[in-house]
Amino acid sequence: MHLKNHSGKMLSESSSFLKGMMLGSIFCALITMLGHIKIGYGNKMYHHEHHHIQAPKKEDILKISEKERMELSKSFRVYCIILVKPKDVSLWAAVKETWTKHCDKAEFFSSEKVKVFESVNMETNDMWLMMRKAYKYAFDKYRDHYNWFFLARPSTFAIIENLKYFLLKKDPSHPFYLGHTVKSGELDYVTLEGGIVLSIESMKKLNRLLKFPEKCPEQGGMIWKISEDKQLAVCLKYAGVFAENAEDSEGKDIFNTKSVGLFIKEAMANQPNQVVEGCCSDMAVTFNGLTPNQMHVMMYGVYRLRAFGHIFNDALVFLPPNVSDND
Amino acid sequence: MASKSWLNFLIFLCRSAVGFVLCSQLFSILLGEQGDTQPKILHNDPHARHSDDNGQNHLEGQMNFNADVSQHKDENTDIAENLYQKVKILCWVMTGPQNLEKKAKHVKATWAQRCNKVLFMSSEENKDFPAVGLETREGRDQLCWKTIKAFQYVHDHYLEDADWFMKADDDTYVILDNLRWLLSKHSPEEPIYFGRRFKPYVKQGYMSGGAGYVLSKEALKRFVDAFKTEKCTHSSSIEDLALGRCMEIINVEAGDSRDTIGKETFHPFVPEHHLIKGYLPKTFWYWNYNYYPPVEGPGCCSDLAVSFHYVDPTTMYELEYLVYHLRPYGYLYRYQPALPENIRKEISQAYKNEDPK
Repeated sequence: MHLKNHSGKMLSESSSFLKGMMLGSIFCALITMLGHIKIGYGNKMYHHEHHHIQAPKKEDILKISEKERMELSKSFRVYCIILVKPKDVSLWAAVKETWTKHCDKAEFFSSEKVKVFESVNMETNDMWLMMRKAYKYAFDKYRDHYNWFFLARPSTFAIIENLKYFLLKKDPSHPFYLGHTVKSGELDYVTLEGGIVLSIESMKKLNRLLKFPEKCPEQGGMIWKISEDKQLAVCLKYAGVFAENAEDSEGKDIFNTKSVGLFIKEAMANQPNQVVEGCCSDMAVTFNGLTPNQMHVMMYGVYRLRAFGHIFNDALVFLPPNVSDND
Repeated sequence: MASKSWLNFLIFLCRSAVGFVLCSQLFSILLGEQGDTQPKILHNDPHARHSDDNGQNHLEGQMNFNADVSQHKDENTDIAENLYQKVKILCWVMTGPQNLEKKAKHVKATWAQRCNKVLFMSSEENKDFPAVGLETREGRDQLCWKTIKAFQYVHDHYLEDADWFMKADDDTYVILDNLRWLLSKHSPEEPIYFGRRFKPYVKQGYMSGGAGYVLSKEALKRFVDAFKTEKCTHSSSIEDLALGRCMEIINVEAGDSRDTIGKETFHPFVPEHHLIKGYLPKTFWYWNYNYYPPVEGPGCCSDLAVSFHYVDPTTMYELEYLVYHLRPYGYLYRYQPALPENIRKEISQAYKNEDPK
């Protein structure tokens, strides 16, 4: 009788245990379903916010009329922000004499006042603070004059014409945040070394957020400092602006964090039969890690040196800048 | 009684929790497989997620290294091709057995393909590369001898295959399209040769060996003949000087290879050495050797440069990329030289003859 009671008790216990489990499972399933739908919906939104963004296709370009081409070329107004520190002085000089002449306007933002060059003094040594202040300054002063904002360090060489070509058919009143994009955990961010491109709409959103320390803190990261390009990404994410990797029509990166020389050396080691093909895009916008001398060589190599008899039917027309002898 | 119901409630919660945990584990395993596929997608791979983006699905998660093909779809090379037919250049590259894999290989992979005909000249034959064996020794003092033998070989085997005959080193980078533009204004029947003109020792000047020099067919004929008839002798171990002296004796003109605005086209050094002011010290021999007033900085070099020297393998490929691939979209170059008259006429004729589409 004791035994029967015992087994009976066990049975009833196990059945109630099972009942409990089932209830728990149903509860769990419900939550998962709800969560999945939520995630799914979120992901879908993200999917439409193209993670990688490509250059215009040739077919799109051919549809543009001659008159439209001239107007289009003038419609890109690129403001260049170059963040400098006193130690960058030789690169600063090189950058000033070379590619920045091709920006519609270029201004240097320095951590402190430097005697030799004109700059906007950010009065801080912290790169993230410099970035914030520079973006705020640029937006407050130039929001009505420029529609694209390009930020770089002086170790970067940029070809603004190729940037404008890439931006063809992209509406600056949409929030664009482009460059060489990298994933860190869950965060997609545009690396500073490759150069950061923001549309005027992104600038608007960013500047609104800069006022909120909880969304866009001046000191991100509790234990160790988070790099400024990541901080920017976190901040922009709150405004629904996501980083996109810029590529040409073949899928090659056009914003680069390495120099041409480094790409070539790697290609010589990894694919010695296709060195130049494996290097870089024909419409690359940036290279990084150049010495001042290499900047001058790039200037000659990009804007002057070419092969006679090769003609291109381009959709845009860009004139050489005034008062310049190296392009 | 209340405590017992509390206890029951607690037990009930525990069972639910166990069930919940087990279930969630099961779900995470099932969903985990799906979730995993997302992060694996490469940034540079537009075809992995969006099948609606492009019609062509040829990349399959790998970079297409023949990207060139469509990058250059809107490139019109009619003029370049026309010049290729009109101005036939045979290139011979001075090299040696130890340098075939180290240097000559990269010449072969880059600019050499654009010559109408290219020969690699070495002291010994190499059937695989391929390289011509001149049956000399190697070494700087042999350069003159090698040069004479090389030109002789070219003359004996390929005289009728080209109009112009270019000599270059295995560390010279040559832009053939620009050389053709330069030579298109002249006739191969003229006794003339071009290169980076130096002024000492020879009245009309002589051409730097490293920067490369190019002889007209007539110049080549006279040169080879001069050594046969001993009008010229192996006068100096300095190859370019010996050649320059000979040219003067046989009345071959040392041509002016500068572009239409006076900028040099053949360069004895890499772009950096010429473009950076102060790179070459003022005491350097170069400043006293140049036939025309030497310039440093942006004025050093023509947009349509023909050659650079002391180019290491990495720089070979870099120059190849800068000249034939990277370009500033839509940019209106400052220097817009005219097409040679005869070529312009031909091309407009060709367009007239084409059926209207």
